Amino acid sequence: MAILNSIISVCYYLISAFVVFVLVKSIIKTKNVQDAILYSVMLMPFILRILRIK
Amino acid sequence: MTDRNLLIVKLVSLALVAVALVIAGIQFYDHRNFQEEVVKGPGVTQVRKLSDYFEPLKGTINDCNIYIFDSGVPGGTAFLIGSSHPEEPAGNLTAQLFVENAKLTKGRLIVAIRANQSASRVTRPGDAYPLYFTIETPWGEKKFRMGDRWSSPLDSWPDPEVYVNYPSGQLLAYMDVRNFNRTWPGRANGMITEQTNYAFMNLIKEEGVDIFIDLHEAELEYPVISTIVAHQKGADIAGMASMLLTSTEFKIGMEYSPKTLHGLSHREVGDHSDAVSILLEAPEPFLDRVRGITDEKLLLTGQDEFIVTAGKFGLLYEKIDEKGWPIDVRVGRHCSTVLMIFELWGDFNPGKEVVIQEVPRYDEVVKNGTGYYFRDPSKAKPEDIYYE
Repeated sequence: MAILNSIISVCYYLISAFVVFVLVKSIIKTKNVQDAILYSVMLMPFILRILRIK
Repeated sequence: MTDRNLLIVKLVSLALVAVALVIAGIQFYDHRNFQEEVVKGPGVTQVRKLSDYFEPLKGTINDCNIYIFDSGVPGGTAFLIGSSHPEEPAGNLTAQLFVENAKLTKGRLIVAIRANQSASRVTRPGDAYPLYFTIETPWGEKKFRMGDRWSSPLDSWPDPEVYVNYPSGQLLAYMDVRNFNRTWPGRANGMITEQTNYAFMNLIKEEGVDIFIDLHEAELEYPVISTIVAHQKGADIAGMASMLLTSTEFKIGMEYSPKTLHGLSHREVGDHSDAVSILLEAPEPFLDRVRGITDEKLLLTGQDEFIVTAGKFGLLYEKIDEKGWPIDVRVGRHCSTVLMIFELWGDFNPGKEVVIQEVPRYDEVVKNGTGYYFRDPSKAKPEDIYYE
């Protein structure tokens, strides 16, 4: 079970990194100011998780 | 908006987010890595690591210190743990008070101050929990981490859909796979919290622990409060302790550990070892859902007008007034209750006594304050300082 959890955990970090990539791409592409700010704020928990801080 | 202005807004918002990220990240990092100083008291004869009893825990966040007091005189072996739930600070404060003050004249005492280190290194910003709290001492302020009920997801992830306690098979809430007091007796190949319980069970068996006490606090809205919860093996001692304390020091109840409620220390330690298992609950208004401002003041004074109002409507299981439930009262209750239980253990089991001196009782802790009993690390020998 511990190995399975480790695999899932690694996948989770990969998914988090992918979400960060998508958000950054969305910030670059969007023409809407509110969306740009919203995507920026959304980055925070994903980055903190990838860095294993929170 | 022009492309240029849009770009400026994007860059500014990203810069602001980066600043917030750095500030929050430093706070979270510092809290997770903050080390509490413990000055080894004169009674401590050995300090081991939990991993001495279960090798896989070595180097993990939950490899806590195990303080051993050996009087050298044959008797019983008692074991006291704090911080099963690190959001209940009277537990670790009481355990540390024992480590820094207790002297034994008979038997052995084992103490773990921070039983679940992982849970003590995460807190609940969403519930406005403070990251730290400080206790006044004669030599200045002593800082402690405020923790959570559950181990950090950084150390134990993912949670299952439903947590199945081993070996009972009882179904519990998913997050309780990270709840140190739902994962007893633990599992060697389980998640880190289960492994920690497994290590503690090994310790209890290898050290021949006769009596085990787990220190907790509870919200006033919860019926199991101001009480001693005892495995049936310790019901006589707990009942007698409840009567004696209520008649001499403060009101405290006694309850049987339910035989079919699994995962809790008062049930599983007694079922899976020779030790008598007992759990203590002191009142902690900070944990009540109807509380007002959630800050360090509420944590340490236990004063809250909303909880007082709830009490007036009969919604609580413990009394509360404007004086609240200060931390010194809660630590004092734990000190007296532990000492009373150990005294009674000796009375009920001649030849297996654990005789402890130099630990203050309720009246003394309330009068002098908890901090009065903590030693100044700056005046201690470096080899006597340990970190939690």
